Amino acid sequence: MLRYTAKQLLFMAATLLVVSFLVFALNELTPIDVARKLLGPYATQDQVDTLYKQMGLDRSLLARYWEYLGNALRGDFGVSILYSRPVAEILWDRLGNTLLLAGICFSVIVPFSVLLGVLAGMRERSFIDRAVSVFASVCASIPEFALGVFLLAIFVVELGILPGISPLSTSGGWPIWSQFVLPVAVVTLYDGGYLISMIRTSMVEVMRQPFIRTATLKGMPFRDVVVKHALRNALVTPFTVILLQLNYLVSGLVVVEMVFAYPGFGRMMLEAALNKDIALIEAGTLCAVSVTMLTQIAGDYGYMALDPRIRV
Amino acid sequence: MSEMGRSIPGVPPPGNAAAKPEGKPERKTLAGRTWLALKQSPIATVGGTIVAFWIACALFAPWIAPYPPNKMDALLIAYPYPSTEHWLGVDNLGRDILSRILWGARTVLTVAPVAVLGAATLGIILGLLAGYRGGWIDALIMRIGDTLLAFPRIILYLIIIARFGASALNIILVVTLTAAPIIARIVRGVTLDVRNRDYVAAARMRGESALYIMFAEILPNARGPLTVDLFLRLGYTTVTIGALGFLGVGLPPPDPDWGGMVKETYGMIFIWPHMTLFPAAAISSLVIGFNFLATGLQEMKRDA
Repeated sequence: MLRYTAKQLLFMAATLLVVSFLVFALNELTPIDVARKLLGPYATQDQVDTLYKQMGLDRSLLARYWEYLGNALRGDFGVSILYSRPVAEILWDRLGNTLLLAGICFSVIVPFSVLLGVLAGMRERSFIDRAVSVFASVCASIPEFALGVFLLAIFVVELGILPGISPLSTSGGWPIWSQFVLPVAVVTLYDGGYLISMIRTSMVEVMRQPFIRTATLKGMPFRDVVVKHALRNALVTPFTVILLQLNYLVSGLVVVEMVFAYPGFGRMMLEAALNKDIALIEAGTLCAVSVTMLTQIAGDYGYMALDPRIRV
Repeated sequence: MSEMGRSIPGVPPPGNAAAKPEGKPERKTLAGRTWLALKQSPIATVGGTIVAFWIACALFAPWIAPYPPNKMDALLIAYPYPSTEHWLGVDNLGRDILSRILWGARTVLTVAPVAVLGAATLGIILGLLAGYRGGWIDALIMRIGDTLLAFPRIILYLIIIARFGASALNIILVVTLTAAPIIARIVRGVTLDVRNRDYVAAARMRGESALYIMFAEILPNARGPLTVDLFLRLGYTTVTIGALGFLGVGLPPPDPDWGGMVKETYGMIFIWPHMTLFPAAAISSLVIGFNFLATGLQEMKRDA
């Protein structure tokens, strides 16, 4: 177990190293742009060249990467040219906002999709099953930005009962909690639609197992069969998938953040990418990749806890 | 976009894990399989109808679109709502929305299939190679794939598109790059499962080339999972293209692209909601079509 964890963490470190170098190399192929970008279009070529030298951009790619790596390991990710602030500050700020939104979404999505998935899967091809399946399939098919637009048209434009933007400040006259309703609704419907189908499929497969028939035949109430025998087994496969949603919830929220002007991590990455803010892109990518890999490791352990047959 | 970023790496769609029984392999083409699903499953029929509708729109856009898609007419903005002249109204620049949606179908139905085809080709070759050859080739291919999959999808798109610019070709490239490892895993799984079967050994005894064995003996076994994945992936890719357009890093304007149309008019949703709602409805219906087709195929597979 300990060896397995060590191996996983080592692999994670190696991947982060490769990823950081790839992003670094990809973005620094034309480092002259950075100096030009900082000084603006009216700076003379001389000024650009001087800054270029000052920033040490004339050194080789490897030398610069080595220095970057050293600083990054000490927690110094450089300065964002877009916000003119240390990258670490902005990053934690935005990441905090996104984690808050992601946390709320996650705590709504999981019970919502487990409930509907199990209800649909416990009686295959029943009316509930058909209805839930179609609902889930449709929800998972509507792109987030379209779903956002539809909900906005209904609840903001037509009914006027919810705010259309979620900047996390009360200057618009809407309380903070109300600014979470629509973003969470969009994410829950879109992502939940997908999870419901997964859980339903798994539940259907479990309900066909002989031990379920045994339990039913020995006279156990259907409710107990579902809750005591089927549920745990049906959640083994979707468990990893549920955990993988955390990745999506950290970096995939960019669209929802754009729709509702939410000051989150994804939007920061988009702005950084559009403005070629390399320091911010680099640090943000490392963050996102770490989250991905950590959830994968967590997923492995959860899997083992749920299914005692699996051992490493 | 998600898709974006939310397909489960390495987990084939449920119900497809079981390989076909050994013996006479089913001889059904992709088209035949899809046709069968259309006849048997109501959900596939609905999906197929929607997709067929949009394909027809895309094919005949030059003839059925009432106006040129990029023709602006500032005077029309006085009354931009749907009317008898402009069935779906005009957008904020006075361009006919119906014409733009029809031409937009052409864009998305060109870019998405090409991207998916690219991903499938690359993924199949790598998956067969990894599964059949094994050893260090397998380790190398899978490691590279894992590294690519470790990037959250949307972030990878942003990095690449920010670096190389937004164009149809770059969108196709990023989709190929991010989807190929997933397809490679599916194919590799099937390959590992069947490569020691008797008929593969027989082919080897006959002295068939590795290329023949991989493509003619092994690949057909992956047809089921691949067909389902193909339609799901078309759906994801449509969402991706739309989302990139919405984020402002999609296909460059002014040519119509559904996601871009939503982005351009989104700020005016309080005054002219129809400008945003119609393109949003268009892209949603196309993705629903693809996903219903996939669901139908999956059901058929399970009942078989």
